[in-house]
Amino acid sequence: MIRELHEKLINKEITAQQLAEEYLARIKEKNPQINAYLTITEELALEQARKVDEKINSGQSIGMLEGIPGAIKDNICIRGIRTTAASKILDNYIAPYDATVIERLKEAGSVFLGKTNLDEFAMGSSTENSAYGVTKNPIDLERVSGGSSGGSAATVAADLAPWALGSDTGGSIREPASFCGVVGLKPTYGRVSRHGLLAMASSLDQIGPITKTVEDAAIILSAIAGEDRMDATTAKSAGKDYEKYLTGEVQGLKIGVVREYLEGLEKEMRQSMEKAIEKFKRLGAEIVDVILPYSPYALPAYYIVQPSEVSSNLARFDGIRYGLRVDDEQESGFPADGMPKKLLETYLDSRRYGLGAEVKRRIMLGTYALSAGYYDAYYKRAQKVRALIRQDFEAAFEKVDLIFSPVAPTPAFRIGEKTSDPLKMYLEDIFSVTANIAGVPAIAVPGEEVEFEGKKLPFGFQLSAKWFDEENLLRAAHAYEIGK
Amino acid sequence: MSLTKDEVKHIAELARIGVDEEELEKFSTDLSAVLDWISKLEEADVSAVSPMARVAGSINVAREDRMRESDSREEIIRLFPEERNGYDKVKSVL
Repeated sequence: MIRELHEKLINKEITAQQLAEEYLARIKEKNPQINAYLTITEELALEQARKVDEKINSGQSIGMLEGIPGAIKDNICIRGIRTTAASKILDNYIAPYDATVIERLKEAGSVFLGKTNLDEFAMGSSTENSAYGVTKNPIDLERVSGGSSGGSAATVAADLAPWALGSDTGGSIREPASFCGVVGLKPTYGRVSRHGLLAMASSLDQIGPITKTVEDAAIILSAIAGEDRMDATTAKSAGKDYEKYLTGEVQGLKIGVVREYLEGLEKEMRQSMEKAIEKFKRLGAEIVDVILPYSPYALPAYYIVQPSEVSSNLARFDGIRYGLRVDDEQESGFPADGMPKKLLETYLDSRRYGLGAEVKRRIMLGTYALSAGYYDAYYKRAQKVRALIRQDFEAAFEKVDLIFSPVAPTPAFRIGEKTSDPLKMYLEDIFSVTANIAGVPAIAVPGEEVEFEGKKLPFGFQLSAKWFDEENLLRAAHAYEIGK
Repeated sequence: MSLTKDEVKHIAELARIGVDEEELEKFSTDLSAVLDWISKLEEADVSAVSPMARVAGSINVAREDRMRESDSREEIIRLFPEERNGYDKVKSVL
């Protein structure tokens, strides 16, 4: 889709401003219905588009992304723009700097239409934890868009932007992509800079594209990937144009299937996955059975490591330097213990009223796991289990190039269905979390739609590749997409 | 793994999150359920591995500690919940 829009711009069939206006009009019309955008950046978009038009009119050639509008998940900072992380505690926060991915996209000349909705601080699998309301699935308004990048996925699915950025800590790009019938890519940990991403779990977070096609995801990845001195965990730039690796061929690629995963699915979903595997076989890939013996421990390990890192990363939201500061003038009932009472109350009240229930739950889980006497039993043990899971992947990748699995156990569920029990919601991530735990890249691609609760709904499959092997990952996904 | 309300209150204190009686009840139930489920990790044999400290494989990356001017001073000051003479006004810390 990006390539087509690019052609239209260079052939002067449309101007960048007209393109932006078209999307902005559609957003104004549809957004009240689905609540995908939290902030619409009309002025910024038109200004960016105007600059591209000037360039085109002066006869200069433009890059693939110049003038192409996109949407940004609201946990990624754009300087001068409201950035809320879908939390009341940042309701009035205007980011004083650009995230590195934003700097790179600005340099590439892209246009920003607005900031999209998410589960508060990226904690959730349905966008129901947003302090600003859920994002409804454009395919069925009674269902969730998935999470935590629900706003971005719904935006692309509803044609409210050709591309969007999301973030993925346990499946937050891939699950909403599956639920909305679009493509979602989580790069290898260290491929894309996290500078300017409001940190959730620093050893798991990655920013990635949500798009209509695999080629578009490749184009966005090329623009945002690479080493960054502001993020010490980024790997040396590959300097690759990932879209150049999309040969349309899978001959010679070995795809591993974890049979156990498929056996756990209901019939309709299992058949959709088996059809996808058949298609890869037809296209010339070799299908091999693989086992990941420690994968049942991935989700519990994740729910120790992630909340622990969350408890540390969210300590900064304390009502002191930015965001909501509350003093309800009431005694919180906690001992001051050597700290000035009034200062303690500022922390207690600001966090009490500014943070949502799920965020508090995870901060407390993490605080407990890291507290004196429990650190070894919980966090350290979980990090060891993590090493075992990584070893599973290393062993599997000796036999295969890619690993196939479902993205989530079912398609989009109904709004309100899983909100009463946190554990029920956590189990949504059962297939997606392993990629974050191990650090490997993974992509969600729409598979055959499934019949579920009387509706025909999108249902994605997932491919994972070796660390830093986004080329083969994208190549295989693209071949599936265009193949017969 | 069941957490008592007192234990949850202690955690909330450490996490600097104010909670009322009702919330203490709910959190105690929720957190106990999750910790119960997580105890599954005790089954895994972790004797042969070290904790996975590095995900991307990069070793401590350093850069020169050189001072530079910030161009976002005004924007940062504007974010202070309460500002006085360019300073962030907070409750007494002594």
